[in-house]
Amino acid sequence: IKLARGCIHARSCMRFPANLHVPTALHVRHGSRMFPELKRGAYSRLTDADLNFFRSIVGEKAVKTEELDHYNEDWLGTVSGFTEVVVCPNSVEQTSALLRHCNDRRLAVVPQGGNTGLVGGSNPVFDEIVLSLERLNNISHLDPFGGVVECQAGVILQTLAETVAEHGYDVPLDLGARGSCQIGGNLATHAGGLRVIRYGQLRGSVLGMRIVLPNGQILDSRSNMRKDNTGYDMKQLFIGSEGTPGVITDVSLLLPQTPNSVNIALFGCNSYEDVVKCYRISRQALGEIVSACEFMDALCMNSVRDNLGLNCPLEERYNFYYLVETSGMDQEHDMEKLERCVERIFDEGCAEDGVLAANKDQARHVMSLRENIAPALKTLGFNYKYDVSLPIKDMYSLVEKTRDKTRTVDGSFSVGYGHLGDNNLHLNVVTPQYSTEALSLIEPFVYEEVCKLRGSVSAEHGMGLKKANYLRYSKDPGIVSMMRTLKQVFDPNGIMNPYKLLPWKE
Amino acid sequence: MSGLRVLVGCKRVIDYAVKIRVRPDGLGVVTDGVKHSMNPFDENAIEEAVRLKQKKVVKEIVVASCGPAQSQETIRTALAMGADRGIHVELPAGTEADLQPLAVAKIFAKLVEKEKPDMVILGKQAIDDDANQTTQLLAGMLDWPQGTMASVVDVGDGNVTITREIDGGLEDISVSLPAVVSADLRLNEPRYATLPNIMKAKKKKIAKMNPGDLGVDIAPRLKVLNVVDPPVREAGEKVPDVSTLMDKLKEKGHL
Repeated sequence: IKLARGCIHARSCMRFPANLHVPTALHVRHGSRMFPELKRGAYSRLTDADLNFFRSIVGEKAVKTEELDHYNEDWLGTVSGFTEVVVCPNSVEQTSALLRHCNDRRLAVVPQGGNTGLVGGSNPVFDEIVLSLERLNNISHLDPFGGVVECQAGVILQTLAETVAEHGYDVPLDLGARGSCQIGGNLATHAGGLRVIRYGQLRGSVLGMRIVLPNGQILDSRSNMRKDNTGYDMKQLFIGSEGTPGVITDVSLLLPQTPNSVNIALFGCNSYEDVVKCYRISRQALGEIVSACEFMDALCMNSVRDNLGLNCPLEERYNFYYLVETSGMDQEHDMEKLERCVERIFDEGCAEDGVLAANKDQARHVMSLRENIAPALKTLGFNYKYDVSLPIKDMYSLVEKTRDKTRTVDGSFSVGYGHLGDNNLHLNVVTPQYSTEALSLIEPFVYEEVCKLRGSVSAEHGMGLKKANYLRYSKDPGIVSMMRTLKQVFDPNGIMNPYKLLPWKE
Repeated sequence: MSGLRVLVGCKRVIDYAVKIRVRPDGLGVVTDGVKHSMNPFDENAIEEAVRLKQKKVVKEIVVASCGPAQSQETIRTALAMGADRGIHVELPAGTEADLQPLAVAKIFAKLVEKEKPDMVILGKQAIDDDANQTTQLLAGMLDWPQGTMASVVDVGDGNVTITREIDGGLEDISVSLPAVVSADLRLNEPRYATLPNIMKAKKKKIAKMNPGDLGVDIAPRLKVLNVVDPPVREAGEKVPDVSTLMDKLKEKGHL
């Protein structure tokens, strides 16, 4: 048993089930043991000749054969593979040479960015070679008039944000993993995050990309043009493809202006219905300046307060919390709208209390309460994480149904939080340790419920390893079959990130 | 002991988390369109006054701010935190950078004459000019005792004991009331303004006046010649061992 990366010792907390056994270390489950029926594909095995070839392409230092734990294990500490080598190219040509070799040799490859994924999609399951993008971290060009940045896939999101901020621009996505996740990984998983409600889906901001296919072919779709209707848009297929048809090495992104005035308000509400009302009023009163609408339930806020020691500016504890952020170019204009919004919310009795962040420090702190839910829950046991899209009025009832279904599991509890404005629920079930009993109660129940409401079984996290077999709950068999056809076109030898995204169990 | 009146000062400044840009003319910093909020030390001052009111040591909190029209927002924040009424000494737009501590102290001296508070609490310094002068100047003008850099304020019968944060550590002093006190960051943790209180605060009164009404000449006595960015920090250098470190230090004349 070893401590998974980022694991924090949990403090005891009175608000959770009294018999909750809090582990001091999370069990790291090997992908192959979590899914015992999953067998290694007919790939070749790594030889010294391969290692020497890698070294000849990227240099000694960029071929790692020791201390590979944090490449092998996922951020959640729930899956781990057995790779023997991590290779780090620092150019598209090196990437091409490496992939061509692996394709010729039938060696399986996992492209890896910041390794912050939540569905086990960026880690080896067996001994797949890890192709790390970490050295492709150059920001090559920023056009200050057009608001376009060109960079390589290994640039860390926070670094990109800080660089473009110097020119008065923001990146069009933001998520809690910003300090570790890389833009290439964000694209490969089509990450969502806090600002989809304002800047739209990430794929709408991608102007160009460069991709390397398994046979070494470089697909150069780089462009800085906002509008380009010339044929099939190849790059769109690779966005959200989770590294299964090829590796993204470069991207051009359209950037929004940095807002001058950012405000955050946090409300305490009695019921989920009230939260939805608050949201509706926000949309009507704030209109175009809304930049985030999030919610969380009591257990989420409690875990952040009690287990991470973060201070909540609302003194009392409420059943639900609603957070709205506005971003605009004029503080006075935005504050007027926000005040009208707040008046309506209280006049219509949708909230019991609320606070408005008075400065950037307070604003960052309030947002950190929402962003630390996942780390807080991680300290409390094994997390079964579900990221689903549902009609907004049905979101919390799924949490209640799951809570009811798992009530027989000792020490378990279920929470709900998420991007209310995008109809995206993060449902988490926490148990003292991993148990197949709990898993069998939750899956496929959660997916069946989502399917009934024609929702998505993975709103933003992707399919990875953990959800690959549930693709049919949100996609027609005809579409899944077409996906396999396309995968075959790009990766006939099936070496790219095997066991991920597409179902491996019939 | 119930019933002190406290006058608290607050200033609207560029938000502490904003990246400051020097103006192209080199005579100041860019303020247009930049996020402003209440000076952090003033938040501590207001918070302390509100806590004293909650303890029933203080009966009325009057908050005053000297600044352009938008300073009213800062006063409203203070009212939302718990101050009872506000005074806005309004300056013409664009002149706030010329308002210097001497002028502020004179304005507050006049306000003290009008409001007759038992105690004045100001923030230790403003984060734009970092002057740390207004409290001291005001105390001198009023001939009142002063307790500056306070991290603990304890009001007794006709006096107040203050713990001051000084270079050598902490200093406890006792001063008789009326007195001027300046708040340091460790004095307290300022509360968030709750939305219901923000809305109630709209009904609280803010009296408006300008420096002329108080008979104060606010013309600056100091002239800013030039404002520049601090020099860019150079990258450090890694050395492989201690002897190389010693060589480098000698080379650069540090040893």
